[in-house]
Amino acid sequence: MGGNSNVKLIDDNGIRIDGRKVDELRNIKIEAGVLKNADGSAYVEIGKNKVLAAVYGPRECHPRHMQNPAKAIVQVKYNMISFSVSDRKRPGPDRRSVEISKIISEAMEYVVFTENYPRTSIDVFIEVLQANAGTRCAGLTAASVALADAGIPMKDLVPAIAVGKVNDQVVLDLNKEEDNFGQADVPMAMIPRTGEVLLLQMDGHLTYDEFQHALELGTKACEVVYEKQKDALRRRYKVENEEAPAEAETQNQEA
Amino acid sequence: MNNENVRPSREVVLPGDLLDSGRLKPGSGAYAVDGKVYAAQLGIKSVKSNFVNVIPLGGRYIPIQGDMVIGKVEDIGPSNWLIDINSPYPAPLHVTEVPWKVEFGDTSRFLNVGDTIMAKVLMVDETKRVQVTMKEQGLRKLQGGQVIEISHSKVPRVIGKGGSMIQMIKNHTNCRIFIGQNGRIWLDGDIDNMMVAIRAIRMIEEGAQMSHLTEKVKEYLDTAMPKSEPQAEGTN
Repeated sequence: MGGNSNVKLIDDNGIRIDGRKVDELRNIKIEAGVLKNADGSAYVEIGKNKVLAAVYGPRECHPRHMQNPAKAIVQVKYNMISFSVSDRKRPGPDRRSVEISKIISEAMEYVVFTENYPRTSIDVFIEVLQANAGTRCAGLTAASVALADAGIPMKDLVPAIAVGKVNDQVVLDLNKEEDNFGQADVPMAMIPRTGEVLLLQMDGHLTYDEFQHALELGTKACEVVYEKQKDALRRRYKVENEEAPAEAETQNQEA
Repeated sequence: MNNENVRPSREVVLPGDLLDSGRLKPGSGAYAVDGKVYAAQLGIKSVKSNFVNVIPLGGRYIPIQGDMVIGKVEDIGPSNWLIDINSPYPAPLHVTEVPWKVEFGDTSRFLNVGDTIMAKVLMVDETKRVQVTMKEQGLRKLQGGQVIEISHSKVPRVIGKGGSMIQMIKNHTNCRIFIGQNGRIWLDGDIDNMMVAIRAIRMIEEGAQMSHLTEKVKEYLDTAMPKSEPQAEGTN
């Protein structure tokens, strides 16, 4: 960011270095329920980003002093694996991952009906296997699918995407080169149905008009990501839906 | 929980899906904003007398008053036991809620850490403080046998319509089986028969959403237990 903006990242035809147009997303692949031990899980690929999310809970909250008698807490751990970037990433939490964990936790706490599970903790683990700019958005996207997969009641799924400014142009979904040598990076997450923004950060500078345009691009992209999320969950539960029984009786027995 | 009649409207819904706009009220697993009802949970939509519900496909067991559960003793206090009922909340069992007369501090003579019990959820308050009881006919310490765990949302399928499924497994395998609402199942009987029963239950768990499941399980039981005459001696 704020790096060398002499690098030509968009050619004269408006095509970016990876062949995309300025308002084009990278390929997105989402899969739900990939981990057996977790209560819910998701795997997300956005371009070269590969992110895995696992949800455990609601479960008893430890440490005890963190539990809230009125609602559940959502604890998020965002972690980049040491081989996720080209220079080895020193393992363990650092300033950046603590920040990302916090903002994702706050976004998720807003959508989850935490008051249904007082005194518990819902634990979300996000592991970045391969990073290529926009991992917090991929992480949040994965976390929200994993939460839904875990059967946790929530308002809606949360898609997230980054917009930014490269070579004085507002572009969607920055890749690593654009992130490194671009002028601004704006990750955002929102509920498409209501337009509620759950995460919005800005690194770099945008004018008011550019910012408005960026939000518009991001909003549209969020809708695309949202459909992918829904599709992933539908695919996961489709097999079970093919035929239709519903015989049930909850009452118990012991003849 | 008689949802036999909702067969036509089976539909997987995701959090945020619109369930109804206007006419119906939100039931479990649903919420309303501006008169519109949305799904709050991943599950199957079911409409029952003015209410839209979402029957969850997964998630943790949350105790409800009156549920029969299978618990494991986790800890012992001088006048109570702490029971793990497979939910986010530990459930205390007070000495006044057991069928025995227990002196203060004498709790470990009756139930010890690791013991398995059948219990009933006595009450759950709004902060989800749970209490269980054993003071009811049929509730007891489970001795011998084996406990397996399934997802609590599959319990109704394992029991079947009016208990048909579980009755069939019991008749075929000659096992004693008790199903807790919390997804724990206790079985006791001949070891080989027990394995057949467990496999049948696993089959139900995997194919919980299939139709004609009862027939498929019956087929399996018939092949696995060829010489068993249903209704041998006491199936209890």
